[in-house]
Amino acid sequence: MLLTDEEKRMLDGQCGKGIMKAMELLVALGKAFDAERLIPVTRAHVALSGQEGDTYWCGLLADGGARCTVIPTTNPAWDVASLTKRYEVTAEELDLALRTVDVYRRIGAALTFCCTPGLGTNVPAFGEHVAFSESSATPYVNSILGARTNRESSVSALAAAVVGKTPLYGLHLDENRRGQFLIRVEAPLEEPYDWGLLGWYVGRFTGSRVPVLHMPHVGSRPSPESLLYLGAELNTSGAVPMYHIVGITPEAQTLERAFGGSVPEAEFVVTKGDLQEQEDAVSEKGGRINLVMLGCPHYTYAQIREVERLMKGRHVRDGVAFWILTSCDALELASRSGEKERLAELGVDLVADTCIDEPCWKSFEGGLGITDSPKCAYYRERRGQPFVIRRLSGCVEAAVCGEVL
Amino acid sequence: MSGVERTYRCRCIVKGSGCGEAIVSREPMCFYLCDPETGTVIEKSHPLQGKSLAGKVLVLQSGKGSSVVQVDGFYQLWVKGKLPAAIIVRETEPVLVSSAVVVDAVMVDRLEADPFDVIRDGDWVEVDADEQLVRVRAAP
Repeated sequence: MLLTDEEKRMLDGQCGKGIMKAMELLVALGKAFDAERLIPVTRAHVALSGQEGDTYWCGLLADGGARCTVIPTTNPAWDVASLTKRYEVTAEELDLALRTVDVYRRIGAALTFCCTPGLGTNVPAFGEHVAFSESSATPYVNSILGARTNRESSVSALAAAVVGKTPLYGLHLDENRRGQFLIRVEAPLEEPYDWGLLGWYVGRFTGSRVPVLHMPHVGSRPSPESLLYLGAELNTSGAVPMYHIVGITPEAQTLERAFGGSVPEAEFVVTKGDLQEQEDAVSEKGGRINLVMLGCPHYTYAQIREVERLMKGRHVRDGVAFWILTSCDALELASRSGEKERLAELGVDLVADTCIDEPCWKSFEGGLGITDSPKCAYYRERRGQPFVIRRLSGCVEAAVCGEVL
Repeated sequence: MSGVERTYRCRCIVKGSGCGEAIVSREPMCFYLCDPETGTVIEKSHPLQGKSLAGKVLVLQSGKGSSVVQVDGFYQLWVKGKLPAAIIVRETEPVLVSSAVVVDAVMVDRLEADPFDVIRDGDWVEVDADEQLVRVRAAP
């Protein structure tokens, strides 16, 4: 790999230990993928997890004198100030959350604590080279915005933010962004939930290839929320940081352009029945619930409005907690516009800065939850809470009844 | 072949050196599914389930699992001193590379022979990532 004199000095430790470690990581990645050199990135998003390994890495760089040269936005951990008033956490869990905030402040990150940067807080332009981790953000900025990022880990995205560069390989190069196989979608796609199921279904057999979705019957442009759900699930059941939708995504205005002149390796059809079977396969059966959890990825302001509409003034059943996880921007807007207070009166709570996969939610473990997100269910089940997965209207009805019929 | 030492060229991914008894995983591995107290693989139905990686030279097909858990898996093993002494990878992937750099786990790839053909469980293996050499002494 060719390094400039300045990059060699960074790697030799002449610019401090923190920069040296970040550079070691970028060079190791570059070597592994035969990158010829590093290229500048103009944006970064770090999927901060609030786990020890990740916090250790950020501390190692910060203590070694490194500061971000490209200001990265960050994923959520959990809202310590408000959630510790409601739920029990251990002293160790609280300490880790506070240390995570401290090291990310010191390294100079923008503490957005939001997993949907591409929708508002950190929006790359077409063709921009960036380093975005977070499994729902990576496919969104590649596929929908046409920016260029590899499937970064939180540690590689942070290294890129420190050095301001990333190795030139993978999805930064035209030839790797072309579609590889064709998915003809016959299933109707009415709301974000349907797009999420489609993503989960397709991701299972895509592996890390680039799928091209062809869905001529979809008339109007899908909402940002629908496209976010699609990518989030593609990159959870599979490892899909890039996809095309013919006529919709910017690098796939036609079927021919999506494949870049090459021939699809394979072709699949997805029917309504396939998505119904997928829901049955990922979801738990019904029963009494103790939790409704929405916002994986973070709910937008429009989705919060939709929850209020579907509630129709009814109250959440006693014994059921109803949480919507959202960005601090959407929470502020819902606070100013009145939805936050009105929803709270119905038993629906909004919280920013928080991920479903955090220790603050452990008091619900052992019970049954409901969500509109297969990704939420996938991560929560590791922590001992099974989920029923339903479209939003089904989640709202379950909240009111206290059970899934 | 007992006692005969063979040397192979390789490529350095994470610098340093380490030696130990070989343990071969023909399946990819998620290090989060290891017990950090002992280094024992706890993933159900993994070929190495119940065997410890601690202090051994791991010959590994590839990595798997999300970046968050893979990094944390390496970190937890490192804190408890239960990482492999070195890792020889057959198919490198980005999350595995990132995780190894975070905790300075010695890692090489592109052995000049297929590592599954020339290294068996129990062989004595020395990995010198700085010199980009792997020495193998077959178990008796």
